Amino acid sequence: MSAPMSEILQVLNLVKRFEIGGGWLGSPKKTVRAVNDVSFSVMRGQSLGLVGESGCGKSTVARALLRLVEPDAGTILFDGADLRAANAAQLRALRRRIQLVFQDPYASLNPRRTVRQTLVEPLRVHKLGDEAWIRAKVESTIQEVGLPVSALDRYPHEFSGGQRQRIGIARALVLDPELIIADEPVSALDVSVQAQILQLLERLKRERGLSFVFVSHDLGVIRHFCDTVCVMYLGRIIEQGPTRAVLDAPRHPYSSILRDSSPVPDPAARIALPKIVGEIPAPTNPPPGCAFHPRCARAQAQCRESVPVLSQDEGGRVACFHPLET
Amino acid sequence: MTTQDLQPILQLRGLRTEFRIGGAWHAAVRDVSLNVRRNETLAIVGESGSGKSVTALSVMRLLPETGTRHGGGQILLEGRDLAALPEKEMAVLRGNDMAMIFQEPMTSLNPTMTVGDQIAEAIRQHRRISWREARALALQALEEVKIPAAAERFDAYPHQFSGGMRQRVMIAMALACKPKVLLADEPTTALDVTIQAQVLGLLADLKEARGMAVVFITHNLGVVAQIADRVAVMYAGQVVETADVREIFARPMHPYTEALLRAMPRVDQDTESLQPIPGAVPAITAMPAGCAYASRCPLRQPRCESTDPELAQVGATHGVRCLVRAESAKVAA
Repeated sequence: MSAPMSEILQVLNLVKRFEIGGGWLGSPKKTVRAVNDVSFSVMRGQSLGLVGESGCGKSTVARALLRLVEPDAGTILFDGADLRAANAAQLRALRRRIQLVFQDPYASLNPRRTVRQTLVEPLRVHKLGDEAWIRAKVESTIQEVGLPVSALDRYPHEFSGGQRQRIGIARALVLDPELIIADEPVSALDVSVQAQILQLLERLKRERGLSFVFVSHDLGVIRHFCDTVCVMYLGRIIEQGPTRAVLDAPRHPYSSILRDSSPVPDPAARIALPKIVGEIPAPTNPPPGCAFHPRCARAQAQCRESVPVLSQDEGGRVACFHPLET
Repeated sequence: MTTQDLQPILQLRGLRTEFRIGGAWHAAVRDVSLNVRRNETLAIVGESGSGKSVTALSVMRLLPETGTRHGGGQILLEGRDLAALPEKEMAVLRGNDMAMIFQEPMTSLNPTMTVGDQIAEAIRQHRRISWREARALALQALEEVKIPAAAERFDAYPHQFSGGMRQRVMIAMALACKPKVLLADEPTTALDVTIQAQVLGLLADLKEARGMAVVFITHNLGVVAQIADRVAVMYAGQVVETADVREIFARPMHPYTEALLRAMPRVDQDTESLQPIPGAVPAITAMPAGCAYASRCPLRQPRCESTDPELAQVGATHGVRCLVRAESAKVAA
């Protein structure tokens, strides 16, 4: 690439708390820190992966970026503009440039609308172009995602899961966004179809110079698609770095366990199981100190008392007092 | 190993299961022949709609009676044909000699009963014992699946358990009557990877300890490599390839198996580019006359579109349902 790498998205110290319980008949009120002090940045034309297990906050981060859930603290800078400070009109303009792709293409398309109606709506909302331009735009977009123009006048139920995900991607693309936030976009798909959608996303990244925030629980998919990765555990990023470096030589004990637990299609590489112990603690009642210490083989007194911060050392960015040697 | 160990416990011979769609019967499972021995895990792998779950549900006879029928073939449990048994005798076998676990434990557990009582109730279905004795066995079962502080959690309800622990409860319930065969339908698909690894390890240990035959259904080739002794790959209702686990990953023969392996992104190595499989699985109402995979196959020849291939033996334990590959294997041998 000739142009110098610039940041399209910068997230600084993002925090999102949810209150649960309380109310009439309710249990005692508790606060869940779903996203806790999360910072990362996405370079133009690159994809950043957020990976972790259920409840680690990866989807909440994705939603908070667009203020679909309102963050409680932190800064989100998109191309220099502060998303959290934006008023309604500014936010609408910014949201045109950031689009979402959801996991479940069955649930995220309106079953009563034809594909054409679904694709035209965002263009109308943003008052872009006249009728002829909209028509041409919708037709070129549906072809770009690998579906025929005739698909436009059909309903979502007439398509398979993979085709519906293509429609979901087309809906994101009609506005010519610069950043796509994809929340588990291939998790509901069979492996052969998953490969088709990944290939499509790769082509869009290359041809349109799109940037991605890519949320997934599947390290194989992350390795394939993402340039950099953030591993999350109980609301915090615990390791961050170039995908290949993090997966080949993880520094945080949790990243290492996550990698070793991901099954690979090779019977010679069976997982040595005993070293994986314990479950993810409830986010309402996180353990003191490092949230991972109850499951960690390397935990020491310090880990039970204070929270390690994500800090840069010679090996990468890791939030651990006793990181693994590389 | 004695000769008894080599005898398959569960044997399917030419199993066919049909669904009624638009007034006509269509086969969702066609000519499926499989063997599972004592202390062996057979993984059935395939994508949505390949017939892998329907195969397991046919064995357990858990498919709805209307709109479904047994279209032929035998289901032999230690030599006894289950397909011919009346439902009353099946009900005795089910849960006792054969048990099944499912993907989503929350929908399989009764939310209004404590987990201990649910397991005790299942045991009392099959054994003439008192509640007190059944509850003691149930507690043993919970301890065997390594639920921490099992005695304290005995009287808890399913919603008080995490996903991984619920799946352990399901396994405890399935194994409480010491079945000879366990059918596991995607039991780890809904779990996080670290929990999945724990549950896979537990199933492997229990299989070894009990000498059970396990049929493990999954769509994930990584999981297959982790747990299977032998593998059957299903496509469009047929077994298209079967082999030992090492053999199938080292030398896949069917073009569909090869394609599946090339389409899977791996965590442990870089893949230059994934190769998706073009096209889609044919609908069961529109099965082609020839090979079901022909329309997507790079090795396609004119004869593939007219001849439905047999599952041909290409090695001692390796079978492949492909005209082209079976022939080239014969030439090489």
